[in-house]
Amino acid sequence: MTLRMPPILIYALRRLLQAIPVVVLIMIGTFLLLKLAPGDTVDALVGDMGGADAAFIARLRAEYGLDQPIWVQLWRYMTKLATFDFGWSFVYEQPVSTVLMDRLGTTLLLMAASLSIAFTAGITLGAIAARRAYSVTDNLISILGLVFYATPSFFLSLMLMLVFSVKLGWLPVGGIKTIAAFYTGWDHVWDVARHLIMPTAALSLIYLAFYLRLMRASVMEVADLDYVRTARAKGAREGRLMIHHIMRNALLPVITLLGLQFSTVLGGSIVVETIFTLPGLGQLAYQSVVQRDMNTLMGIIFLCAIIVVVVNFLTDLLYARLDSRIELA
Amino acid sequence: MTLMKKRAGLALALTGALSSAAFMASAQEEVQKGGTAIIHMISEQRILNPGLRASTGVYNITGKIMEPLIDKSYDGYEPVLATEWTGSDDGKTITLKLRDGVNWHDGEPFTCDDVAFSAIELWKKLLNYSSALQANLESVDCPDPLTAVFNYSKPMPIELFVAAMPDLGHPVPKHLYEGTDILKSEYNTAPVGTGPFKFVEYERGQYVLAEKNEDYWREGFPYLDRIVWRFIKDKSAAAAALEAGEVHESGFIGVSMADVERFSKDERFDVGTKGYENNVAHSTVEFNHRNPIMADLQVRQAMYHGLDIDYAINTIMHGFAEPGRGPVPSAGGLNYTDDVPTYDYDPELAKTLLDEAGYPVKDDGYRFQLRHRPAPWGEYTQLWAEYFSQAMKEIDIDVQILTNDAPGFLNGVYRDHDFDTANGWHQFRSDPAVSTMVWLRSGQPEGTPWTNQFGWKSDEIDAMIDAAASELDVEKRAAMYHEIQVKAMEELPVIFAIEHPFISVTSTKLHNHHNTPRWNSSSWYDLWLEQ
Repeated sequence: MTLRMPPILIYALRRLLQAIPVVVLIMIGTFLLLKLAPGDTVDALVGDMGGADAAFIARLRAEYGLDQPIWVQLWRYMTKLATFDFGWSFVYEQPVSTVLMDRLGTTLLLMAASLSIAFTAGITLGAIAARRAYSVTDNLISILGLVFYATPSFFLSLMLMLVFSVKLGWLPVGGIKTIAAFYTGWDHVWDVARHLIMPTAALSLIYLAFYLRLMRASVMEVADLDYVRTARAKGAREGRLMIHHIMRNALLPVITLLGLQFSTVLGGSIVVETIFTLPGLGQLAYQSVVQRDMNTLMGIIFLCAIIVVVVNFLTDLLYARLDSRIELA
Repeated sequence: MTLMKKRAGLALALTGALSSAAFMASAQEEVQKGGTAIIHMISEQRILNPGLRASTGVYNITGKIMEPLIDKSYDGYEPVLATEWTGSDDGKTITLKLRDGVNWHDGEPFTCDDVAFSAIELWKKLLNYSSALQANLESVDCPDPLTAVFNYSKPMPIELFVAAMPDLGHPVPKHLYEGTDILKSEYNTAPVGTGPFKFVEYERGQYVLAEKNEDYWREGFPYLDRIVWRFIKDKSAAAAALEAGEVHESGFIGVSMADVERFSKDERFDVGTKGYENNVAHSTVEFNHRNPIMADLQVRQAMYHGLDIDYAINTIMHGFAEPGRGPVPSAGGLNYTDDVPTYDYDPELAKTLLDEAGYPVKDDGYRFQLRHRPAPWGEYTQLWAEYFSQAMKEIDIDVQILTNDAPGFLNGVYRDHDFDTANGWHQFRSDPAVSTMVWLRSGQPEGTPWTNQFGWKSDEIDAMIDAAASELDVEKRAAMYHEIQVKAMEELPVIFAIEHPFISVTSTKLHNHHNTPRWNSSSWYDLWLEQ
């Protein structure tokens, strides 16, 4: 070969090839697992309608292809998926790709906002707590983290709602925008932002505790290592010591956690999205299970699998950047 | 300004004093036009076409956009798109006069062609419940654009036809559906009707929005500018939205029973069962008669004696219910009778009956074990299952509850028959022939939900049900249903334990609400919002 590809591209390509069998296995496994659940989408639909006659049910089942053996259904689904056709959602009466794309934005916005708040605040508070270990400040921060960590997200969400919407009337109860207000431009942006304040707060307070605890432990560990002592002996000031020597090395496990949590992005916000009626992927996943909307559910899982693969790759890249001893191979 | 305030104060005082009179009091206030009413919906609808899906969830939205031929008011049946109806003497022909000058939302006129098309292509072939009702419909003739003649191969009682129309008589526009695949039509989720509100948009997972129809045939109506239906799955979040004033009404018990009770003491809300007379349902205990223990009539009677129905009504339904008297509820009009055998709460009698039936208490402390499937239709259905289990323990029957979601329940009970007892609720749809009789009639295809899949068969009752369904004489027909009720209370194929309407929580800012017996399904043309 005359044209040499940069090593990072080769690495990316290899990871991509490795990912294909993983994703295929995930999809087949999930499909079979979902088929184990009692009942199908026609049962759920009939349940919603309050009853129907046998001919009506049989006709729907035939129309949805549910009268075929499971292997035929699986084969049909997988061949379609190979061409990136996610199929049709019988619950939403739209192509699954449209349903997913409608919801992806909300979830990504919510998750990006809450993860970055949680990450920034978490590592800052964690580092402060570690540097003043066992002081009043440390205890206060640690207890606060523990309280947020121990609070179930549905409880935190409902309490926020009770205080800020019902009692104070400052923030809207739920939804993504004020319906029938027809805001445009900056008014619309401000409206959406107001609707996202409470869900973001509820989610980030819970995630925050993870980063805080991990960062505190990690900083305390690194602070005792030889190279920190050496740096200190060489006369490095406390600020430089913290940022260049301790933080950078202490961040590795925290980045691992960030990568892991980003993978749960789509599922992690089910409770918060349901309570605040945000039209995101979490709420969609929950609805799809209840309604046995196979195609939509499979679509969500496919999207999750892709995101996991991509985030894992990015995390590995980030490792290499933070710690030059790690090589991409 | 002060006058208005005083009036509002008066209305408020009345609300506190006499909650039922509050509906009347508000009707006399000066109407305010405009505004957006926001309605809570607990579950999302897949299809917004009442001609294709008979379900209160569908009517709750589409009833404002698409209208039925006939609706029901507290004064009886009310002409909507049909102005007159007559049946022939042999019962095989029903003639409807249609309203003149009505236009679909796209401007096309509404005519008999639409009715004929809907009846043959949708009501007879595709609409649940209706396909059984219209099974003998042979054709619909249009002698002129405003007359529709329904021809049946067997007699169709006009009372039954009229009683079914508010739910099962929504015409669709022929010009938009003809020649297309009706099930896949884009108009099934973007309905075009003749109603007081026009469909605007449906954002999945969020809301449906409809706006005022300026061309509505009732002059000067509707009062509201817009209606928004918001989908809020979480009951606590829905209660918070009501309290924060972001939602004006929540129907069909859309908040938890504890919140229902709390709101009923809050003067900002009207809470009650008014407006659900046509949507009465029974909380049941269903038996799998394939199990020899359940097939024993004395056991079933003993179990009924073991249930303290009044206690359950007060604790679970917070008093918003009545004891059941067989398959026809008290809202069933002429067809209802309370002259039936009843089973008083008497655990000692229950125990004696069980001993006599040959089921003494065994070494493990129980007479026998039962596997019970509760339907996941709301909190109170679950609570009723728990109460049933506890009450049965009192008479030494061990009831295990198998919790399941909707598809699991429907399969477990109706297809796989994998249960000993089950409970759910079943709605009465104006006439026993199109609703509760399916609970008793045998011979329904295996796996059909909400039918007699209990393995219970009585040739006598089957014959009585069939005879009543085609009896043309009103009095005779009612007598036949009374007889069926008595039989059902004697034989107990199913215990119709509690009869309950649904409950709405409504902001007092809404006026003219719950003023018809199927209000949540009706068109709301006269609903207005205080601003």
